[in-house]
Amino acid sequence: MPTNALDVSDLTVAYKEKPVLWDIDLTVPPAVLLAVIGPNGAGKTTLIKSILGLIPTVAGSVRIYGRPYKEQRKQVAYVPQRGTVDWDFPTSVLDVVTMGLYGTLGWLKRPGKKEKKLAMEALEMVAMQDYAHRQISQLSGGQQQRVFLARALVQQAEIYFMDEPFQGVDAMTEKAILRLLKDLRSAGKTVIVVHHDLQTVPEYFDWVTLLNTRLVANGPMEEVFTEANLEKAYGGRFMQLKATARALP
Amino acid sequence: MFSPQVEIMLIASVVAVACAIVGVFLVLRSMAMMSDAISHSVLLGIVLAFFLTRDLASPALIIGAAVMGLITVFLVEMLHQTRLVYEDAAIGIVFPLLFSIAVILISRHAANIHLDTDAVLLGELAFAPFDRFIYQGVDLGPKALYIMGAILMVNIFFITIFFKELKIVTFDPQLAAVLGISPVVVHYALMSLVSITAVGAFDAVGSILVVALMIAPPATAYLLTDRLHIMIGLSALLGVASALGGYAMAHYLDASIAGSMATVAGLIFAIAFLFAPGRGLLSVAKRRVEQRWNFALVTLAIHLWHREKLSPVVGNAYAIQELRQHLRWSSTYFTSVMERALKQGLIAKRDQYVQLTEEGRNLAREGQGF
Amino acid sequence: MIELFNNLFFDHTLRTVALGAGALGIVSGALGSFAVLRRQSLLGDAISHAALPGIALAFLLTGNKSALVLLSGAAIAGAIATWLVTNIAGLTRVKYDSALGIILSVFFGFGLVLLTYIQKQPNANQAGLEKYLFGQAAAIVEKDVLIMAGLGLVALFLLFLFWKEFKLLSFDRDFGTTMGYPMALIDFVLTTLLVLAIVIGLQTVGVVLMSAMLIAPAVAARQWTDNLAIMVLLAAFFGALAGVSGTVASSTISRMPAGPAIVVAVSFLVVLSILFAPRRGVIWQRGRDYLLRQRFRALGGKKDV
Ligand SMILES: Nc1ncnc2c1ncn2[C@@H]1O[C@H](COP(=O)(O)OP(=O)(O)OP(=O)(O)O)[C@@H](O)[C@H]1O
Ligand SMILES: [Mg+2]
Repeated sequence: MPTNALDVSDLTVAYKEKPVLWDIDLTVPPAVLLAVIGPNGAGKTTLIKSILGLIPTVAGSVRIYGRPYKEQRKQVAYVPQRGTVDWDFPTSVLDVVTMGLYGTLGWLKRPGKKEKKLAMEALEMVAMQDYAHRQISQLSGGQQQRVFLARALVQQAEIYFMDEPFQGVDAMTEKAILRLLKDLRSAGKTVIVVHHDLQTVPEYFDWVTLLNTRLVANGPMEEVFTEANLEKAYGGRFMQLKATARALP
Repeated sequence: MFSPQVEIMLIASVVAVACAIVGVFLVLRSMAMMSDAISHSVLLGIVLAFFLTRDLASPALIIGAAVMGLITVFLVEMLHQTRLVYEDAAIGIVFPLLFSIAVILISRHAANIHLDTDAVLLGELAFAPFDRFIYQGVDLGPKALYIMGAILMVNIFFITIFFKELKIVTFDPQLAAVLGISPVVVHYALMSLVSITAVGAFDAVGSILVVALMIAPPATAYLLTDRLHIMIGLSALLGVASALGGYAMAHYLDASIAGSMATVAGLIFAIAFLFAPGRGLLSVAKRRVEQRWNFALVTLAIHLWHREKLSPVVGNAYAIQELRQHLRWSSTYFTSVMERALKQGLIAKRDQYVQLTEEGRNLAREGQGF
Repeated sequence: MIELFNNLFFDHTLRTVALGAGALGIVSGALGSFAVLRRQSLLGDAISHAALPGIALAFLLTGNKSALVLLSGAAIAGAIATWLVTNIAGLTRVKYDSALGIILSVFFGFGLVLLTYIQKQPNANQAGLEKYLFGQAAAIVEKDVLIMAGLGLVALFLLFLFWKEFKLLSFDRDFGTTMGYPMALIDFVLTTLLVLAIVIGLQTVGVVLMSAMLIAPAVAARQWTDNLAIMVLLAAFFGALAGVSGTVASSTISRMPAGPAIVVAVSFLVVLSILFAPRRGVIWQRGRDYLLRQRFRALGGKKDV
């Protein structure tokens, strides 16, 4: 049996008083492009953050390629939501991308020529090489998103966690980012993406995790992305989203 | 009228109440540090007004100081609006500058101004009873009491009349906009009150301890209640308690009255921080522990329940050993959770197997939000 | 002017004082940059006010008035204050700004209690603690400068050593955590350095105005550059410039207190930077808007756009 890219078992997470994720069991095979979907407040961001150890968990365990997360950090790349950092910070695009290499650099060592070159290559992959020396506050939302993607690419990871990478980008950029994600999958990487637009889910992804505090469903697109499951995840709100049902397979 | 001690306590209490009731809105609006800024920069207003009037007793000093308070607020907002400076940094630039200018002016013209920088920081509460309000030869009591009393009246008047507006702007700015209440007007009105209060209190307790009286009692009250009018009343009470307690402490140690008031205000806050019912550290910790057990029980129930649904055969029993491995809890933790679950009748145990009871199933359903 | 330079080089006292103020400016400018970028500007204010009871207690407990003892007390009190602010805001519904206000004023009030208490003691050795309120540059002696410079060098060396980690912490803490860096520890080290920077300035600038020395040089420097390293260097330079000119002003103009003079000098740099810095500065931006409008009009655009 091939190892799963991600094994989450019995994951329960609570902020201060409130349980946000209950007893989540999740297995994801390697080399899939997975969409995590669910209504606002469903716990999508929380799921990713708790898998990455950014939020303490009440119970449960996480395995990446069969081994505990702590041993596998080098295999993991993370693209946080764009709004989580200060884009007026005095630093350049190239510098931000280079931060993706701090993990392999380790303590005290400075990024040198080699790191700069790797970062440049990552920037080329997202077509941002011309912006390398720009200050990050001079970027548009879509460009910021691509910089974050480049920072994840430079990590050379096996599994990618991305929180709403399509948020606030134009159609062109969306296509470009999608192309990139599909390339990653073709190269055998696992890509886990929090996504909001139900219409595009079947077109973009091949694996779906439906979440609403608890796990509603998890599996290949055709099996899981059904009206019944969506209704379960979105509840009453699904009625309003019914228009999107036309896009269902 | 009264003995000087009683007069000092009276003045201190009036100062504390005046500070506390405007402080409530600073605390609720997350603008606590504005009191720090204003209470420092009013000094410049006092000094400049003094240069104009050459009279330390002139009411123009209060007006000058209040205007300087508003200028501070305005400058901070202006700096912030250039988008070149973060808001907290803007506060941290404006008030030290204004305060420094004031200190330089005082020290350069020390001979002309009967203000010294120590008084600015320490306040002169102990001397307040010596400056008396004498009308047609009749001693009517210390001047400070009248000034602070008037400021307190203004505060009470404003807060009572505009209670609704203040409340809406504080808790629901969007609704305020819909109702046509201008947040800007309310904001500047409130800042004027803070400035006037700061000037008055400044004389008595000095610039930095104004902050203690404006923030500590309201923050304490905020740990004790959710209702705005109770919070205001409670802050006033706690302010008086800090004033009187502070006076006693100062008397006992023969130390700064203002400093002692701040210390007592801080001690009262510390008590609430630790022991406030529901919100204090102790309650929170206790609740966390309870919740942890509850989470554990619900997690256990949900886990067993999922398992039941997956394989509704063999009487739904589950080997304890296997269960422990799945939950990945330490063995002591697992044992105590199991004990609790048994005691609460959520599970039934037979030999090395467990099974959910109907009650346990209900808990699982509830936990999953069905 | 020439006389001033003469004095700066040959007047022993003035040189000592100016050196001390310069050292303090360098360290507070550099560390303050991080405080400002991490939105911790006012934490510096709380820490410096909280230093007062630390100084007083250190004296009460040891009976010793040497700078090293008193500043150790200040550093410990500052660290406790930071810890309290974080926990009050983190564990209860009391918000961060209220927590800052309470800790700042209550610690300071308690410091005043101790100070007045000490003044009443029949002990000839007690005078001189008040100089920590507004600072007293003139009272600084060679030994103090050595201590300041020593502490400053340690702080700057650590800043240099953990540069990459501090940058990561300031820009994207969560990302650092996912790469396996112990961000809480890095945060602790950086905050300790901030406390150190504050402590260094207490003798010269005093607890009341010290926060300005952290914030103002950084804010001024930020306007001239978009590069963190240059910003930190520039802030250090601005800090030193303000420190030296403030102390020189205080020693040449009669009855000019040093702390406030330094603050006015550094604020002047802030105003200059915000107005005149290329690209970011207000005048530059206004000018650019104006030129754009002109060009737009020249192209035949309507006026009211
Ligand atoms: N730091 C926090 N403290 C307390 N509660 C939080 C915190 N962050 C999130 N929550 C709560 O946890 C729940 C899940 O939040 P989360 O951000 O994971 O949702 P999400 O699915 O990512 O939503 P969205 O689609 O809006 O991004 C929400 O109810 C939210 O209010
Ligand atoms: Mg989210």
